[in-house]
Amino acid sequence: MAIRLEKINYIYSPGTAYEKHALKDIDLEIPDGQFLGIIGHTGSGKSTLIQHLNGLIKATSGKLYYNGENIYDEGFNLTALRSQVGLVFQYPEYQLFEADVFTDVCFGPKNLGLSKEECEIRAKEALELVGFPEKYYHQSPFELSGGQKRRAAIAGVLAMRPKVLVLDEPTAGLDPKGRDEILEQIRHLHEQTDMAVVLVSHSMEDIAKYVERIIVMNRGEKMLDGTPKEVFSHYRELEQVGLAAPQVTYIMHDLKECGLPVRTDATTIEEAAEEIMRSFHD
Amino acid sequence: MIRDITIGQYYPADSVIHRLDPRVKIVCTLLFLISLFVQNSLLGYAIATVFLFWVIHASKVPLKFILRGLKAIVIILMFTVVMNLFLTTGGKELVHIGFLHIYEKGLRTSVFMAVRLIYLIMGSSLMTFTTTPNALTDGIEKLLHPLNKLHVPVHEVAMMMSIALRFIPILLEETDKIMKAQIARGADLESGNIIQRTKAMVPILVPLFVSAFRRANDLAMAMEARCYNGGEGRTKMKPLVYRKRDRAAYGITILYMVVIVLVGRFVPFQIWIF
Repeated sequence: MAIRLEKINYIYSPGTAYEKHALKDIDLEIPDGQFLGIIGHTGSGKSTLIQHLNGLIKATSGKLYYNGENIYDEGFNLTALRSQVGLVFQYPEYQLFEADVFTDVCFGPKNLGLSKEECEIRAKEALELVGFPEKYYHQSPFELSGGQKRRAAIAGVLAMRPKVLVLDEPTAGLDPKGRDEILEQIRHLHEQTDMAVVLVSHSMEDIAKYVERIIVMNRGEKMLDGTPKEVFSHYRELEQVGLAAPQVTYIMHDLKECGLPVRTDATTIEEAAEEIMRSFHD
Repeated sequence: MIRDITIGQYYPADSVIHRLDPRVKIVCTLLFLISLFVQNSLLGYAIATVFLFWVIHASKVPLKFILRGLKAIVIILMFTVVMNLFLTTGGKELVHIGFLHIYEKGLRTSVFMAVRLIYLIMGSSLMTFTTTPNALTDGIEKLLHPLNKLHVPVHEVAMMMSIALRFIPILLEETDKIMKAQIARGADLESGNIIQRTKAMVPILVPLFVSAFRRANDLAMAMEARCYNGGEGRTKMKPLVYRKRDRAAYGITILYMVVIVLVGRFVPFQIWIF
């Protein structure tokens, strides 16, 4: 068990006119090596939630354990936690600042106090993991394309060799090709290393295709928690809170209504196609 | 973390004061500030206190928000009080410790100075608490309009002000985001000596500047795309028009000023307790 949250509450600007109860009694466990998706509407508390995972913001009340240790305890090493739980923010390319990509990726390991050689080994490894082309290693990060910038930024976090990688909307603002590439790369990463991955997104298709487990956030509360099939079977409830199941879920339901004997729990296009073919063969 | 910083903040509430025309609030605030300096008697301060607290009450802004603004001037306030207390001579000598003397006049001046400064901040922060930055710049633009004749680019100045104000929360949020992103990458912003700390700011300042320029560029494009070409011939969606309540507010403030001036002229110092 890697991360465990107990009754986490978070209130923004308490005692002012802008007070907002962003998280309400969140209980959550993220086991080692899991590929977890978090979905929810804008303002549902997703981003607030993931900033708790590496102690960037401190819960107003509740407990957070990392490998059994309460991170809010006096003397807990938060810097060590941050190297273990790597957090990639939305639009991470805006955090790039060095004169070239390679030095920027070295920033994380350097902060961990590693030697120059070790930093470079890790930076190279991280850049390779995200599929960043070697010819751009020594270019200014500001001259790259959107997709490459984002790769460089993700590598900047990976270079710390985290045990848990948290990504907040890693595909926001990318074109369909860039989006698929980044997501495939993340899946590849998850398979290659024993890292747990937490993927925040509001695209049901992306989530359904890649993750093992989905958490649905709504108004600061955990609404649903389960495998994609379980979660998307509640598609009416999802709609009520302004979300939706993947489009194939609707197609399967419509097909069934039209009399085709298909199961309705397919969540990806491939599964749906297989299921439809099967129904014709039976 | 950085969200706690509040500059020129607005306190949303539904009150008469919030609904007043920004011009009224600017002019009346100025009058109030002047009123603090045209008289120097206990009665005058009592009237100013009643007036100020009455307006604060009407504005529905909690008193503790207004008092919070005083934190910024604590040092100036203490400096003024101490300087006045020890350096002003006149009247009876009250205390004598070594080379320090406190005279009656010094005590009086320092107390009055403190009250003036506190009311000055309270009065002006009441204005920013009840007026959105945009309304404020609108008001300033309209008030300064006559200066156009002297070829002062009033509209452009007001536009720059409103853009600058608009960008404060955006850049604060951006700074917060970048700081968090760098802390997540293990950046240490809080320990070390001054040189290390300054160096630690580089990973925050570079992305912040890049983003500020990008945003400025985007905004300029968006404004040009909507044919913005300065103030000439530009009309307002919500033109400022004086209403009954605005006239009433002017009336009350002028009445208050008259009372204060009369008090200043005819009530002598002697009402002071000492």
